[in-house]
Amino acid sequence: MDHRPQAWGRPRDDVYGAYDASYLHTNGPKTATQSPIVTGTSVIALKFKDGVVMAADNLASYGSLARFTDVKRLRPFLSTSVVGFGGDVSDMQFLDRHLTELAIDEAYEHDNTSSSSETPATAGQLNAANLHKYLSKLMYRRRNSFDPLWNQILVAGFDSSSTPFLASVDLRGTTFTSPSLASGFGAMLAQPIMRRHAATEEDAAKLTRDEAVAIVRECMKVLFYRDARSLDKYSIAVVTRDGVELSEEEQLEKQSWAFAERIRGYGTQTV
Amino acid sequence: MTSIGTGYDLANSIFSPDGRNFQVEYAVKAVENGGTSIGIRCKDGVVLAVEKVVTSKLLKAGANKRIATIDRHLGIVYSGMIPDGRHFIDRARDEARAWRDTFKTPIPTADLASRMGGYMQAYTLYQSVRPFGITAIIGGFDSTSEAPVDGEVGAGPSCGAGGKVPGKTYGGPFLYMVEPSGLYWGYYGAATGKGRQAAKAELEKLDLGGPAGPSLTLEQAVKEAARIIYVSHDDSKDKEFELEMTWISGADGPTKGLHREVPKELREEAERLAKKALEDDEDDEDEEEEKMEE
Repeated sequence: MDHRPQAWGRPRDDVYGAYDASYLHTNGPKTATQSPIVTGTSVIALKFKDGVVMAADNLASYGSLARFTDVKRLRPFLSTSVVGFGGDVSDMQFLDRHLTELAIDEAYEHDNTSSSSETPATAGQLNAANLHKYLSKLMYRRRNSFDPLWNQILVAGFDSSSTPFLASVDLRGTTFTSPSLASGFGAMLAQPIMRRHAATEEDAAKLTRDEAVAIVRECMKVLFYRDARSLDKYSIAVVTRDGVELSEEEQLEKQSWAFAERIRGYGTQTV
Repeated sequence: MTSIGTGYDLANSIFSPDGRNFQVEYAVKAVENGGTSIGIRCKDGVVLAVEKVVTSKLLKAGANKRIATIDRHLGIVYSGMIPDGRHFIDRARDEARAWRDTFKTPIPTADLASRMGGYMQAYTLYQSVRPFGITAIIGGFDSTSEAPVDGEVGAGPSCGAGGKVPGKTYGGPFLYMVEPSGLYWGYYGAATGKGRQAAKAELEKLDLGGPAGPSLTLEQAVKEAARIIYVSHDDSKDKEFELEMTWISGADGPTKGLHREVPKELREEAERLAKKALEDDEDDEDEEEEKMEE
């Protein structure tokens, strides 16, 4: 009997043959962070006349298991911007804590209530455009050290000229900007719907807040119908010059699954 | 001046035979030359104020802030040597950040005071350093409700973090003052700097202590703080000064639990009232003098 600690808890060699310990001493680089574990699905966002709407469902999946059902993936920053995270949830937590530190650093330098006439966007505070630039540099640096943060991030808010701002950055540091953006499955399912309403910046600048919110809610419904890693509970954030309104307890309403009758080819249908 | 050091004041780590550390006492003198700072702990928050002596007309008005934000809910004001204060602020920010790194939660005011007290005290122990030439007033508002942990993604257990006794209140406004010796106490109202005697006398008149807690509200405290700074200002020593004030309320108050500068409108109103109160006092004194002469 082998009593060495290395053998504790392992199958007996005399019964099962020599133990395959090759996985214990790999000499390659650390790979633990090179694939996502607990993940969030799509984040979608749409610009309108005086701001941006963003939405993401409250699900964190463990593979195909709907593991955590009250995960808040939209994070306000300095009450002037919103950051939406798709992808790995632990990397999101890391970034969220990092952004908290950043926000406290901002509080050292600026005081946005010293004069009521100044809006936060013009008070020299870190705005959404600055924040997006910062995150894109951070993500690109991490991918170059082969330790990427496995997220696709949407940043919504205002730029230095106080116009609505929306941009994304992914785990490779790729940046993209558009009047409407969607990450993950949403890029296939929600993006075409949003483009139908706001193909260009000019179109988006004509949308009212209520219209934009309605479009985004419709997209969340389509995503729940078609994306198997999604949930009917979601969060929606509206960024305007007055600040961020975040609601984390939204429920999809007026669902209609009639279309499901016509779908053939999945699962165990016999006809 | 206290008695002369007679050789026992040349180094930090040496006591005099009658048990005094002269270097620390000299540091206190440095504080007593600085502009007055005060802190008031009231019913729903903390107010910090400082008399910022204008040393040159070439300095921009309202620039060079003297009250610093440490974490979102914490502010520090100090009297004495400003570079020493700046370093103290840097250290306090490091401590607050280190606390967040470890516990993923904001540092309670009491713990920051304890750490900064310890830091200050270490500068009374070694030959190679001198004590801080400042006395700092630390104000903070610890969250009274169940606050989320930094980076928390879910709602957490519905019973909260646990370890809390029902019926007991947690968090609230706190005020501490740290002296060059490293000594720190919690206060209802604190004053330091050149006008501390007059300021303390005024603070004692306010309803800050008592078993039911302070009855003073945040807005009243702002006005009292402005008045006390004006009362304790000595015109014969420095002509010009600026009043700088910050406040911290709870989550349901005007600053939403954050350490913020008092809005310009409110500060100017408080200054107007302070000047008026001073003039009224002077009038009263004049009348009394006239009566005496009669």
